[in-house]
Amino acid sequence: MAAAVELEGVNVTFGDFVAVRDANLTIEPGEFFSFLGPSGCGKTTLLRTISAFIEPTRGTVRIGGRDMKGIGPNKRPTALIFQNLALFPMMTVAENIGYGLRVRGVPRHERDEKVKNLLIQIALPEHGHKLVSELSGGQRQRVAIARALAVEPSVLLLDEPLSALDLKLRQHMRAELRAIQKRVGITFIYITHDQGEALTMSDRIAVMNAGVIEQVGNGRSVYAEPRTPFVASFVGENNAIRGRITQAANGTATLDTPIGPLTGRNPVGLPAGDEALIFVRPEALKLGGDPPSGFEGEALDVTYEGSITHVTMRVRTGQKITLSLGGGAAGILPQPGDMLKVGFEPQDGLLLARPERS
Amino acid sequence: MSGGLTLVVALPLLAALILILLSRLERRKGAIAGPGFFQRNGVAVGLYLAVAVGFWAFFIIVLPQLAMVDLSFRPKLPPSQMGGPKDIFTLENYRYFLFGSTTSTANWNWLHIKAFFLSIGVSILITLLNLAICYPLAFHMAQSAPVARLRVLLLLLIIPYWVNEILRAFAFRVLLSSGGVVNKLLMGGGLLDAPIDFLGNDVGLYMGLSYAYLLMMIFPLYNAIESLDRNQIEAARDLGAPWWHIHAFVVMPHAKPGIASGCTLVFMLSAGALAAPLVLGGPRTLWFTPIVYDRFYQAFNWPQGAAYALILLFACIVFVLAVLRMFRLSLGEIAR
Ligand SMILES: Nc1ncnc2c1ncn2[C@@H]1O[C@H](COP(=O)(O)OP(=O)(O)OP(=O)(O)O)[C@@H](O)[C@H]1O
Ligand SMILES: [Mg+2]
Repeated sequence: MAAAVELEGVNVTFGDFVAVRDANLTIEPGEFFSFLGPSGCGKTTLLRTISAFIEPTRGTVRIGGRDMKGIGPNKRPTALIFQNLALFPMMTVAENIGYGLRVRGVPRHERDEKVKNLLIQIALPEHGHKLVSELSGGQRQRVAIARALAVEPSVLLLDEPLSALDLKLRQHMRAELRAIQKRVGITFIYITHDQGEALTMSDRIAVMNAGVIEQVGNGRSVYAEPRTPFVASFVGENNAIRGRITQAANGTATLDTPIGPLTGRNPVGLPAGDEALIFVRPEALKLGGDPPSGFEGEALDVTYEGSITHVTMRVRTGQKITLSLGGGAAGILPQPGDMLKVGFEPQDGLLLARPERS
Repeated sequence: MSGGLTLVVALPLLAALILILLSRLERRKGAIAGPGFFQRNGVAVGLYLAVAVGFWAFFIIVLPQLAMVDLSFRPKLPPSQMGGPKDIFTLENYRYFLFGSTTSTANWNWLHIKAFFLSIGVSILITLLNLAICYPLAFHMAQSAPVARLRVLLLLLIIPYWVNEILRAFAFRVLLSSGGVVNKLLMGGGLLDAPIDFLGNDVGLYMGLSYAYLLMMIFPLYNAIESLDRNQIEAARDLGAPWWHIHAFVVMPHAKPGIASGCTLVFMLSAGALAAPLVLGGPRTLWFTPIVYDRFYQAFNWPQGAAYALILLFACIVFVLAVLRMFRLSLGEIAR
């Protein structure tokens, strides 16, 4: 079966500004695929390229194996859900959902039937006659999804559709979206700058930074096996300490840092002598003991959250390091001002090349 | 005379009082919330505003119109007989419009009736023509033109209106006359053997009228379309709509108030236009406004003129109401 969406060397430039640089990607049918990245990194641009509102400056977009060059947004088998939903305010809910069908000349009774089914699916069976302005935020959200699903696209594109909702509703809609995707079985391409959203919902995630897709993989792999410093620090909390590699062997390496030698995994195979960063997750740092890599610092701030305690400490160089201590540590909670000795196991440290600037 | 003076002073005060009472009433019904008019402005300023608006509404709007209505129902009399026994209410001025005589109803006054319907009909056509010309332009300006081009377009649209209306009308005359530039070009290019009589066939009139009120159509349309979220157009397109469908079912419904206010403005202005028909009208064309003008200044029959003017006003009101009906709008919405 042909890939749902394929990007091959896609570049998008606005004047001199490169919004998307050399995107290569294959998205499988039925996949829930997310683009994760900070604001302005080119997510919307890439999505609009897939839905034909932007022509790529270079490169090929294929949908279902077909080259989409010269095929307009109204002819592509994609449906886009806009960042602001863009429901039609002068139409009723039912007319909104039925719009795509009306355009396609689907006869009235068939259309009504389908709209009715969709209204039931989004749990708004009694709201068909209402105006969009009479709905709540979450209800509008669902109407937008139904309007897009009505035309039976093979790929549904969602541009941060939950960003306008409050936290509670957002969490609810995440589950709902996922359920809808499972039920209809089509490819969802989802854009977000919220890593929690991306991690909980997606089969795979593409992490973007400044127009470049830095890493593609499932949630676990982008979290546990980041390939670039950006991914390591953008997905989840992370502490980065810089230094120079003193020895590297067998996939591990030791970094000479201002706060002492630290050892971690070296998946990219950086050679000794290189400048590098070592990343340690807050939850990988342990208090006390005698781990292979360790350093000292002064506790600045301790936040007790029940199952987890967050500690911010300052090491000799003045850098701030965060720790998340599990519930087991509850007995020996540090106090602000305490001198702490912390450390981590080699498999919890990750060495990555330092980016050119920084 | 002192009775008249009392009237002049008392009526505006009465109008002011009515305004105040009306606002009271609305407040009572809960239509308006928040601090009251006098609480907001203070009693002195509030009273001044109420009286000033009362005077203004009365002298500028109500009184002249009432005088016209009154005049239209009176016979034409020499000044010495005004207010005398012969100064009675009569329908003779309206009768004259229909039958061409103040007394007999034997023959229809086809000349004037035709002119009236011609004016109305052509004004409707010109309104539609204007809408057809302005909608694409307004859409382009509001949704797709880059800022720099928008500025140029706005300037190009506005600058010609710095030239006054009569001069513009004569310019059209110069352009379109038998020996005019257009005919010369067409004949020089070998497209024509003899000049076309643009003016005699009223082409000039239609062009002049359409052009004269272009802005009145463009700006309401532009405003209305500009407020449409671009994403809605894209959403419709993404759902598979062809461009005409998007215009008919997404853009136009949104721009409805703008279309309605543009249409009513253009219609009223062109139905009431005086300069363009006088300068550009063909010899066989009798527009209604020059007839009204003639009633006043050629026939010196002010009552009759008033009646004619009111007939035109009435037609305009009917048109506005019909348009509002058609678009299912309230008067408040087109004024936005
Ligand atoms: N039409 C355009 N002309 C010029 N630059 C543009 C245009 N559209 C987007 N850009 C630029 O491209 C970059 C990426 O924009 P894009 O909208 O794709 O960001 P995004 O990742 O969706 O951000 P957000 O999360 O804030 O929505 C931005 O720096 C933006 O300024
Ligand atoms: Mg965006």
